[in-house]
Amino acid sequence: MENFFIRYRNETVLVAILFAQVIGLATQVRVPKPGAEPGQSSRLIRVWAVNMVTPFQKLFVYTGSGLRSVFSNYIDLRNVREQNQELQKQLDQIRLEKASLQQEVDQARRLQALLDFKQTYIAKTLAAQVIGTSGTDLSRVIYIDRGTNDGVAAGMAVITPDGIVGKVSRADRRTSQVLLISDPSSGAGVLLERQRLNGVLKGSASGVPVIQNVMIGENIEVGDSVITTGGDRVFPKGLKVGTVTHVAPDPEHDPFLAIKVKPAADLSRLEEVLVVTELGERLPAVAEEEKPRTASEMLAQRLPSVKKKVEEAPAAGSTARPQATPQKPATNPTPAKPTPPPEERPQ
Amino acid sequence: MARASLSREGIEVHRFSWLVSIAVPLFALFLQASVPLRFPSFAIFDLPLLVTIFFAVARRNQIVGTVTGCVIGLAQDSLTHQPIGLFGIAKTFVGYAASSIGVRIDVENPGSRLIMTFAFYLLHGAIYQVVARSMAQLPVEWNWGSALGAAFANAFLAVILFFLLDRFKQRAR
Repeated sequence: MENFFIRYRNETVLVAILFAQVIGLATQVRVPKPGAEPGQSSRLIRVWAVNMVTPFQKLFVYTGSGLRSVFSNYIDLRNVREQNQELQKQLDQIRLEKASLQQEVDQARRLQALLDFKQTYIAKTLAAQVIGTSGTDLSRVIYIDRGTNDGVAAGMAVITPDGIVGKVSRADRRTSQVLLISDPSSGAGVLLERQRLNGVLKGSASGVPVIQNVMIGENIEVGDSVITTGGDRVFPKGLKVGTVTHVAPDPEHDPFLAIKVKPAADLSRLEEVLVVTELGERLPAVAEEEKPRTASEMLAQRLPSVKKKVEEAPAAGSTARPQATPQKPATNPTPAKPTPPPEERPQ
Repeated sequence: MARASLSREGIEVHRFSWLVSIAVPLFALFLQASVPLRFPSFAIFDLPLLVTIFFAVARRNQIVGTVTGCVIGLAQDSLTHQPIGLFGIAKTFVGYAASSIGVRIDVENPGSRLIMTFAFYLLHGAIYQVVARSMAQLPVEWNWGSALGAAFANAFLAVILFFLLDRFKQRAR
């Protein structure tokens, strides 16, 4: 027996190493217990590998960014006056458009209030620099330079001003792994904006996201816009996802269509992203603003000194008449718009 | 044992300093994970695989080749979100096979390196596909056109890379 192992030492080592890896693999792909964090069994080796590589990646990215910013700042300054004038014109135009749209927004909010519709909005975001990838198209993930020390946690949405990017799949202390929407294991609830059709956006092995669960016969066209529904509890409602590039029957799911989508965010050239660290939920502002109030309440709000008298003599309050329109709410969080202010910038 | 001794006759066996043994695979992993940020098509290359082949062939020791492939593969797995072991198993096989070939034939000239890397790239892809589909139930695709193209690209890069890495070789016997 001893001679056998000596004679076939190389093959024995090969088999032993393969066997150990197969056992390790089987341990990871088994059905996880409810509530267990996925990938827990292999966490240590991942942390070691990531910590070995990411410091060099950060150095590489920050040095490159610094050098590029020196050159680009110089070049940008050359035409800044003309650009400034052009931007001023665009700003004026946007202000006009905003004024005309405000009425429609108010009307929509009133209708939402009638339906007791709660809006999800982005309450807080964190800017992060993309420092690396998995290095293979077989796993479409990126690494960002923010981790649990900065408040990042698994499951948080990652976006850019152009559109959604993915969600945090693993957060270490100083870095986080983000699963892109183009990876086959990712998913997001989406809405075809023109048709108001719900679907599920899944990544694919080729890296092109595909919308599933839309029946054949629906009028889907190339160029249709796709936004998030907010139903997946990861991405807030109304964020840009992309545009439809191809529509065909899904050969694997017969009565359904396979709708290919070009992501609005350029997933292959990401540099900076925003992690949605906090979501809020509230009723539309108009609903809170326009709840019925009595004349005495309105008077008491405007003239606090009169309050006691009104309370003491409610019957006589009929003489007090409101003289002005109700006060506007002081603050109004942005509802589900991908324009959150970056609280912190990577240095 | 006698077979191994005979096969090694006339073929140089090399070793590397511990610094090179650690730094080169680490640098390959770093490049593999960083360069696709600026040049997405760089992901077609598999630098950790090329480094595995180089070290395995140069050392001509099957156990060392197997372990080298295993360690580099597991490190590469750690940077993905997939179960650890997919690249590990594939590169373990390649490390063993490359060192076995290194024992038997001379793979120092560019032509044999080109053919060898081309074949090992396809072998690596095939093993990865089998393990990913059968064990991890992952939805991976196999496209012969892109696989052959990537194998050629990696083979050409290997000829250049191996020429550069030859400078770190130290003669063992």
